[in-house]
Amino acid sequence: MSSENLTKRIVISGYVIVIVFFVFFLRLWQIQVLEGKQYRQHSYSNRIKVLKIPAPRGIIYDRNGKALVKNGPFYSASLIPGAASEVDTAPLASLLGIDEDELISRLSADVPSFESIKLKEGLSMEEVAFIEARRSDFPGLIIETEVTRHYVYGEIGAHVVGYLGMPGPEKLEVYKNSGIPPDAFTGKWGIEALYDSELTGTPGKKVVEVDALGRQLKLVREEPPVRGEDIRISLDIELQREIEGAFDGKTGAAVALDVESGDILSLVSLPSFDPNLFSRGISASDWRALNENPYFPFLNRALQSQYPPGSVFKLVVAAAALEENILPDGFKVNCRGAIRHGRWTYKCWKRSGHGNVDIHKAIVESCDVFFYEVGRLLGIDKIAEYAERFGLGLPSGIEVVEEKTGFIPTTAWKENTLDQPWYIGETFHASIGQGYVLATPLQQALLVLAVANSGTVQKPSIRMKKEISDVLRRIVLKEETVETLKDGLRGVVNEKKGTAYWSARSNKYVLAGKTGTSQVIRLREEGKKNEEIEERFRDHAWFVSFAPYDDPKIAMSVFVEHGGHGSSAAAPIAKKAMEYYLDTYIEGSEQEGGKIINDKS
Amino acid sequence: MINLDRRSIQNFDWLTFALVLLMSLVGIMTIYSTTRPIGNEGVSLFYLKQSVWLAIAILALLVCVAFDYNWLLRISTHLYVIGLVALVLVLIIGTTGMGAKRWISMGPLNFQPSEFFRVIFIISIASYLSKMKGLIDFMDIVKAMALFLLIPFALIIKEPDLGSAMILFFIFVAVVFMRGVHKKALVIIIVVGLISGPFMGKIVWGQLKDYQKNRLIAFVKPEVDPSGIGYQIDQSKITIGSGRFFGKGYMKGTQGPFRFLPEKHTDFIFAVFAEEWGFLGCALILAAYLTLLMRGLDTAVKAKDTFGRLTAFSIVIMFLIYFVINVGMTVGMMPVVGVPLPFMSYGGTSLVANFAATGILINIRMRRFALFY
Repeated sequence: MSSENLTKRIVISGYVIVIVFFVFFLRLWQIQVLEGKQYRQHSYSNRIKVLKIPAPRGIIYDRNGKALVKNGPFYSASLIPGAASEVDTAPLASLLGIDEDELISRLSADVPSFESIKLKEGLSMEEVAFIEARRSDFPGLIIETEVTRHYVYGEIGAHVVGYLGMPGPEKLEVYKNSGIPPDAFTGKWGIEALYDSELTGTPGKKVVEVDALGRQLKLVREEPPVRGEDIRISLDIELQREIEGAFDGKTGAAVALDVESGDILSLVSLPSFDPNLFSRGISASDWRALNENPYFPFLNRALQSQYPPGSVFKLVVAAAALEENILPDGFKVNCRGAIRHGRWTYKCWKRSGHGNVDIHKAIVESCDVFFYEVGRLLGIDKIAEYAERFGLGLPSGIEVVEEKTGFIPTTAWKENTLDQPWYIGETFHASIGQGYVLATPLQQALLVLAVANSGTVQKPSIRMKKEISDVLRRIVLKEETVETLKDGLRGVVNEKKGTAYWSARSNKYVLAGKTGTSQVIRLREEGKKNEEIEERFRDHAWFVSFAPYDDPKIAMSVFVEHGGHGSSAAAPIAKKAMEYYLDTYIEGSEQEGGKIINDKS
Repeated sequence: MINLDRRSIQNFDWLTFALVLLMSLVGIMTIYSTTRPIGNEGVSLFYLKQSVWLAIAILALLVCVAFDYNWLLRISTHLYVIGLVALVLVLIIGTTGMGAKRWISMGPLNFQPSEFFRVIFIISIASYLSKMKGLIDFMDIVKAMALFLLIPFALIIKEPDLGSAMILFFIFVAVVFMRGVHKKALVIIIVVGLISGPFMGKIVWGQLKDYQKNRLIAFVKPEVDPSGIGYQIDQSKITIGSGRFFGKGYMKGTQGPFRFLPEKHTDFIFAVFAEEWGFLGCALILAAYLTLLMRGLDTAVKAKDTFGRLTAFSIVIMFLIYFVINVGMTVGMMPVVGVPLPFMSYGGTSLVANFAATGILINIRMRRFALFY
């Protein structure tokens, strides 16, 4: 073989080598010079991590400064995949007390190897201690501590206070711009949702240097979080507790208002639910149980349920009659237990009749026949006009949840929507608060408040404010109208024949009120008493009231679903609540109360 | 056997020696930087171990310079047998590390026979081919393959060390073509290659371990990335690219010490160097390697006999292949194959073997004047 040929081949391979090196040279130019800036940025963001420091959420206090909610620790068992070479799923699942399949499915989550995967949330202190003691057997297993809400009063006032949950899509959009981590719980219900932005605060930031395993090596910069604002609401949680207790397991609603300011002292809706279930991430079975509960615990009955107002509505009819001057002096109706109109008979609740009834007696004894006659004189449209003046059929503007407005029928409405003429019999029904008329417990409370406060109604508000809130409505009423109505309400409770004399009379305070019964089925079997009827066909019970009679402080409505008579079912609850409230109110004003007690225990 | 006359010593190739020494020192510096403790980690002793290995490597180089390289021609058969025995031994008594049996433990230091075998392989194949007359034909190639390639290839694949095995194959191909092949043989090789290629591919693929398959899949289809190999490549490119033109500065690299880059002090040492020294440093180190290779080719051209030529050329090709696969991998132009960068990567046997090979190169250059016929 010739050595020249070999030399030639060696020289050629030299050229090849130069070309190869030139290619590498170009490649390095591309990566380091042309694209270097991005890669530099990448290497920086590899190493520098910005950790969010969640801001403590503001505390919700009641009107007396009692903390309704606290921030407490929330423990989860998590795994950092980068620190665990292999995971023995079976022993780990048994350590955590979870299903192995669930563990495996959680572990298959696609997260960067140095970020943690939650394996089990909401550990108890015992579980934390148990896992902590055996943690060394499972590299990468950690206990993570977060902050969650603890609702001090549990089910009491849950509809008002609300709860937290995972943010929905709209909320995530807001979070994006505010630096709040997307897994931060957000207010989902009640005050927690309504004042969420104030309660949330601004999360802090911790800029740290980390390695590929996620170990924090150096603190670069720290911005402390800004705590969320505290909110003081108008609720009196002890009064709320008293009322909820007085319901004694019955379904229903109650609204208690401060007569002068319109503050909502209590907003009861039963059955309730435990908001603490949500702060740990509600389990599927708890969620199902709440959703499948036939009594709909999520429904805020005080604002979202509307029923015929029953005899409470007679206040509106009486006010209309007095204001319109349609009753001559000494106007009386002779009640013989029923009136006849054409082929139909309209009964009074008292079969034997009330005899001669004037307006005072009609209110006190709740005579249906009297109001049939007055209703006939007024006509449905006049009644509707006054009902509206009292806010029936209209929203109150409360923001806690989307409220129902109730309903007041008119002849025009019936002709336009039902395409039928208005019948006088329907006026009779409406005059005693049955038939088409619907009202919410809040509207009923506002109605009695209007009477107690001579027509002036402040906007009902749930948040404590320094100055009295705006006027919701000022109903122009003659002084004697107000006097007649108030005196009638006093009589209901304090006169021997009053419908609530036996059930609501207090020997401490002069209470005033009106019972109501809203019929569930129109054609009830004759003569059967409510107690003998299946619960779901029993009438609903109403009682609206205010106290004290001379200087009204509190006005309230109580509604007991399928409670039977207003007198027996609803009135005792109101009595108990108002006595309790006035007791503490007087105590409080003696001690110059209303101071915020900082409840930190 | 020792043959050191004055003239030879005067002709000692200081340039080659200086280049490999420089690269090794840069390598130790880079190892020191990238394995420096971060946070509360303990001190890492990689750089010290590598320094000890460097001392051994320089000794090995001097030994390989001391005798006339033609002596190797005579003992090549013995060397080959010793090499094979070592490869068999590693499969029997070798220690396992990173899923492969590659090392024989010798006290504090581990010895990796396959790293050394490539030098023996070069000597054996060069001596075999240099004894042939004229152009070689197909049967000669088959014979050479059977004699020198098949057994070591199988043994090394068994460890498994796919990278080293493939490199033997490439060196074999390069040196055979360099030696000169009949046109007829060339045609046969191409035809046989085309026909058997798919079968061979299938057999080799079947022999591969999952992680090796994944590396190839990751290279061909990065979007599939069955085992996060793409992460390695991404991080390697980030490491290199983040150096930009001037580099982050010595001891200021973050990708290695913060563990974003795996195998930072071994297979990805080039990336770490590139991060700290930038394009400028890379250009210089590339120039150093290119100079080393060109000098080696020059030695091959000037060598006094065919054995010297083929040996020198094979050594250059070996360095080139290692360099191309390693740097190609770090810059994302080649699949991930765990192959060290000659002279710079952490790893003792590799360093000693490369210095020994360099010693042989210097030896061939020193004795290029055909005086003692």
